[in-house]
Amino acid sequence: MTTSAPVLPKLIGERVKRREDPRLVRGLGTYVDDLKVTGMRHVAFKRSDIAHGTIRKIDTSAAEKMDGVEAVFTGADIAKILAPMPIGTPFPSPPHYAVAADTVRYAGEPVALVVAADRYVAKDAADAIVVTYDPLPVVVDPEAAMEGKPGVIHKDFPNNLAVALVPSGTGVAPDFSKIDNTAVDKAFAEAEVKISQRMVNHRLVPNAMEPRGVLAHWEPGKETMTIWSSTQNPHILKTMIAAMNGLGQHQVRAIAPEVGGGFGAKINIYAEEYVCSVVSKKLGIPVKWIEDRTEAFVATTHGRDIIGYVDIAARKDGKVLGLKMRLIADIGAYNMLLTAAVPTLTMLMANGTYDIPAIRTTLTEVFTNKTPTDAYRGAGRPEATYFVERAMDMLARELNMDPAELRRKNFIKPNQFPYQTQMGAVYDSGDYEKTLDVALKAANWKGLIAERDKARKEGRLVGLGLAFYVEVCGLGPSSSLPTGGWEHGQVTIERDGRITATTGASPHGQGNETTFAQMLADQFSVPFEHVTILHGDTGIVKQGIGTFGSRSQAVAGTALHLAGAKVKKKMAQFAAAMLEASEDDIVFENGTIGVKGAPAKAKPFAAIAGYAYVPVPLPQGMEPGLSDEAFFEPANNTYPFGCHISMLEIDRETGEPTLVKLIAVDDAGNLINPLIVEGQIHGGLAQGIGQAMIEEAVYNDEGQLMTGSFMDYAMPRATDFPRFEMASTVTPTPVNPFGAKGVGEAGTLGSTPCIVSAAVDALSPFGVKHIDMMLRPEKLWKIINGGGRS
Amino acid sequence: MIPVAITVNGKVRTAHVEPRTLLVHFLREHLNLTGTHVGCDTSQCGACTVIVDGRSAKSCTIFAVQADGSTVTTIEGLAADGKLHPVQEGFWEEHGLQCGYCTPGMIMSAVNLLQDNPSPDEKQIREGIAGNFCRCTGYQHIVNAIQHAAKHGGGKAAR
Repeated sequence: MTTSAPVLPKLIGERVKRREDPRLVRGLGTYVDDLKVTGMRHVAFKRSDIAHGTIRKIDTSAAEKMDGVEAVFTGADIAKILAPMPIGTPFPSPPHYAVAADTVRYAGEPVALVVAADRYVAKDAADAIVVTYDPLPVVVDPEAAMEGKPGVIHKDFPNNLAVALVPSGTGVAPDFSKIDNTAVDKAFAEAEVKISQRMVNHRLVPNAMEPRGVLAHWEPGKETMTIWSSTQNPHILKTMIAAMNGLGQHQVRAIAPEVGGGFGAKINIYAEEYVCSVVSKKLGIPVKWIEDRTEAFVATTHGRDIIGYVDIAARKDGKVLGLKMRLIADIGAYNMLLTAAVPTLTMLMANGTYDIPAIRTTLTEVFTNKTPTDAYRGAGRPEATYFVERAMDMLARELNMDPAELRRKNFIKPNQFPYQTQMGAVYDSGDYEKTLDVALKAANWKGLIAERDKARKEGRLVGLGLAFYVEVCGLGPSSSLPTGGWEHGQVTIERDGRITATTGASPHGQGNETTFAQMLADQFSVPFEHVTILHGDTGIVKQGIGTFGSRSQAVAGTALHLAGAKVKKKMAQFAAAMLEASEDDIVFENGTIGVKGAPAKAKPFAAIAGYAYVPVPLPQGMEPGLSDEAFFEPANNTYPFGCHISMLEIDRETGEPTLVKLIAVDDAGNLINPLIVEGQIHGGLAQGIGQAMIEEAVYNDEGQLMTGSFMDYAMPRATDFPRFEMASTVTPTPVNPFGAKGVGEAGTLGSTPCIVSAAVDALSPFGVKHIDMMLRPEKLWKIINGGGRS
Repeated sequence: MIPVAITVNGKVRTAHVEPRTLLVHFLREHLNLTGTHVGCDTSQCGACTVIVDGRSAKSCTIFAVQADGSTVTTIEGLAADGKLHPVQEGFWEEHGLQCGYCTPGMIMSAVNLLQDNPSPDEKQIREGIAGNFCRCTGYQHIVNAIQHAAKHGGGKAAR
């Protein structure tokens, strides 16, 4: 090694530009709809236009006669070749046919499908199918549904109870054998102040910009199924497709090509994926289905939709003594892969960042005649944050305390970590007060208060909101996920010294091709450009779980790091043999491998790699080659946290709210790439603000989604946001070697309650204590003009 | 079937299409120019934005037969001589994209915006891309990307 060799910069912690981008900014990414396979036919679904009814008759004759139509399948036809779809949670679940065979239970449920030569013909033919229904009572209101009104959706689930009153918290044995309310009752009996509020965390439509799509290709000769899908977890897809087609896992290859966003809604394994696979197998031809946007509004799972009855018991000095949270989740018509589990995360995180001695939560999940819910960015944790933070805000208002000081008084203290919560979580690390102080400073909280008060004197309706959050990320461990909670990584040093690594994470916007390459480049001290990350193809990536629950860096990143360490050790052994040195003295430096204290001996990285593949002589006891893998099973989840502050102004004349300021201070532990982390937080903020201010899935009494297209559902636009102000603190986790916690969902947690609290603050002159989202101007105008409402 | 001749990325392309064929499907299915994406069916999202006769247009809202005789630039035609357009550079530089699905349409809208107004302020940028949805970024890095492009000749660049 010469002294003039360039020194490679450390990349972990740097704002490295994404390597995914050059292809994407040129339009050269390949999404499912961009793929063609020879002989491919197109699938279109006929979907129910009513929310609840029995199918009296399906007339497919006109569709079958159309030019270009290859086949038409009804629900009864599909039921012969496909069993009801499985779920991924341990709760009882009614049979769910991929294509409804006799009863439809939500508007948009598939009832038949067409296979045709092109997409236009397939859609024409699907339109030509005539279905006659006998309508049944439509169940829309979850609280009426719990009493069996106006009807029952699944016969074995009386009163529409999918999950009935699961209790959790203080005094509840893990197996529910003992439920002792003494502590909770005592807290409420001793309280000097109580807050009691029903709150709605309403239903949202995830709306990844790429709708879903599937291309299934059964090859009769090889007896293999290749399925491309816009999914967040190709390995789970592979497992499920194999099982439902009666195939071995070795016969199925699942590929997530470029995926245009997921936000949790592409975790579920969907009817269309199963149906395309069995139809391809039955017909022996490749078939493709691409979802329309308006179809996506009803066919892709929704998010949130939990009602919370929240009670807080406190002393006059602000100390919270007890918390009760009765949760009712409207899960729609069916249980999907993780549906039933999502609201359990709301229970798990009920106490947020507070040391509350007595907590009782109960959870009821209810079927209604709506599109099923499943994970949506945050999945259960934004709901928990919303409920506890809104209640804390109400308590602060009741006590006339600064909302920041009330929180400070109740925080779990740094010396209490790891902190076992009453809800069964073990928070890994935290220093909430530090983050609060940074946020108050970044926002100039006192200045904002003065600004608000001045505006009020001028007659303007300006409000401030503050919310603190903690979320559970880095999912597993395996005890917490039916798929297993590990992740897999494999690192191969190629003969030319380039590094190829595979990860079981399946990024769809998260930038793992960049962040994981940063990690490995540092680990081996090679140029960033020499590291390639492969993902999303079960034919290349041997094992994996997928991307959800803000787990990529914490779990998949660690798996790659561990695989890299194994390979590095072997490479050091080859280097020791070649350089006639002790393995302990081998150093990886600036693209070379050398010997400590003897720089002249160093060889290029590629030279050692070449030697490992043509090992003459082969060092004693060694195998040739440089490739190894690791499964990483985290010992615990990670618990990132943060503080969001907002300022909102409401137009007195129109009731229209404008978000004036949003300050986000997040602590995700150590960061690999702050540029990407910022982007993740921005995106989460936009979705959280969207929920608070403009987005809502609205159903009418007939079970029709009234906000069922981009014409009606308010997707946030660039003009809806101020410039976000960001800061961060760093509290590493001990759970993984990077100290990284996860950040994909964070933005959705704090933003929503802090904005609603700001709206309540703005309208507090009218005596308002709580406003349910979203902040529709009409609703605010009525408060302004009709006096207060609680 | 109706004959059409459309100049796409500098090359005259002819085909016989159904009258109902949307321009976006003509580009994607007939010409295999799959960089132009379909994100909705109501002309809201802007993922299909291309430039038709010098103006940005949502190609899901135009029939191929309406574009007969027109000149169309798609995302694939933006980089010249292997060099990224300043707007493409801006998106890369400022992390203006995540999943990349809205990106081609967003970039084409930004190109049009900068041609009309080479040095827009932040409000003008946000208004200029209000017809394009992005679900990933919260738009802030997109605004930064367009500001970056404006500083680096994005308004003057050929397309």
